[in-house]
Amino acid sequence: MSEQKRIHLIVERQNDNNSSSYTEEFKVPYRSGMNVIAALMEIQRNPKNTKGENVAPVAWESNCLEEICGACMMVINGKPRQACTALIDNLEQPIKLQPARTFPVVRDLVVDRSRMFDALKRVKAWVPIDGTYDLGPGPRMAERDRQWAYELSKCFTCGACVEACPNVNEKTSFIGPFAISQVRLFNTHPTGAMHSHERIEALMGEGGIHECGNSQNCVQVCPKNIPLTTSIAAMNGQVNRYALTSWLRK
Amino acid sequence: MEQQKDFWFRRLHSLMGVIPVSVFLAFHLFVNSTATLGAERYNESVAGIAGLPFLKIIEFLFIFLPLLYHGVYGMYIAFTSGYNAGRYTWFRNQMFVWHRISGVITFIFVVWHLWTTRFSGNAANFDMVAAIVENPVQFWFMIIGVVASAFHLANGLWGFLIHWGVTVGPRSQKISAYAMGGIWLILSAVGVSALLAFKNTLA
Repeated sequence: MSEQKRIHLIVERQNDNNSSSYTEEFKVPYRSGMNVIAALMEIQRNPKNTKGENVAPVAWESNCLEEICGACMMVINGKPRQACTALIDNLEQPIKLQPARTFPVVRDLVVDRSRMFDALKRVKAWVPIDGTYDLGPGPRMAERDRQWAYELSKCFTCGACVEACPNVNEKTSFIGPFAISQVRLFNTHPTGAMHSHERIEALMGEGGIHECGNSQNCVQVCPKNIPLTTSIAAMNGQVNRYALTSWLRK
Repeated sequence: MEQQKDFWFRRLHSLMGVIPVSVFLAFHLFVNSTATLGAERYNESVAGIAGLPFLKIIEFLFIFLPLLYHGVYGMYIAFTSGYNAGRYTWFRNQMFVWHRISGVITFIFVVWHLWTTRFSGNAANFDMVAAIVENPVQFWFMIIGVVASAFHLANGLWGFLIHWGVTVGPRSQKISAYAMGGIWLILSAVGVSALLAFKNTLA
């Protein structure tokens, strides 16, 4: 057993939001095809650090394990990404795991992403269809638009774009790139478009689209390759047009 | 309804950066380059501008106020932005940082430039500028100021086209980046040629 190949992990840990962080190193047995989550499960199975001390197992979040839920986003070797698709074979060792610190840390690699949900609520990122009677089928969507809108719908609120954005920091209130892209998605939806002005008004609000500084890190880190910068530019056009002409109609 | 003042402040900042500040800078550098044709031609163009009607009002409303707003609000933006180009070294993120660095340099430069020319109490003419660039420290500071402000203009124009929803897709943004690189080089060359002309005549 002693000759078995081991994976070297350096984990940035923290007991809760108020305590200070520390790093702890682990060496876990290697199996072929492992991802970062499998390595974290090995720590859970045998929570011993490299000094041989028994420690509390590292806490993390994950669900689907197929890059569809967004829950396991963490900073792996300096870049925010999903731990499930971060294969050990493709990573340089030692593998450095950190929580996405743009969010409040709950414990170890677990962060509180409520601000993303709040942002989606603020920009009304949904299609309102509830009523007291059957509203019937909605209007059809052009196939040409459906194709790119589908790409935007792949957003699973993982927060990688929020983590990488320099304009999301303690001095600003920027809601983040994903929310702007979601406005574009729902303003394109033929039924969602009936409430487009409400979402545009929200993007003009505090921490809205104007906080974007075009560093374009978001599009680089998005695990679903969503054209976030295209969405931002397209929404800039929509928002400015609305802002500059709406008062003329009042 | 939530506050939308930040939105308007930002958009005004973006608009002012191009109209009139960028337009003025391009015009200013171009007029300065008449120095390459000799002191007399330069003094003629300065006199031509000095002879415009309502000059004080034009200067105040279309140069001084927009420049002050763009500069002061720009400082606020530069110092509230986060910087993570050390962690994310992608080209656009580096440009994001350089845009703010060049903005701060330009701000300091413009204050000094106004102090030593417009508000120096001396008559604006070829000899006044030649006396400034005679000092090598001041000469190099002006070179840096011209190149930094030309960069800030070009890169700012790239961002302006996105902030106003003109260049939407990645391909158009890339083409615009190349075009803006060209604008930077051309404006820098025009500005530096004038400074060299001021320097060389004294020597």
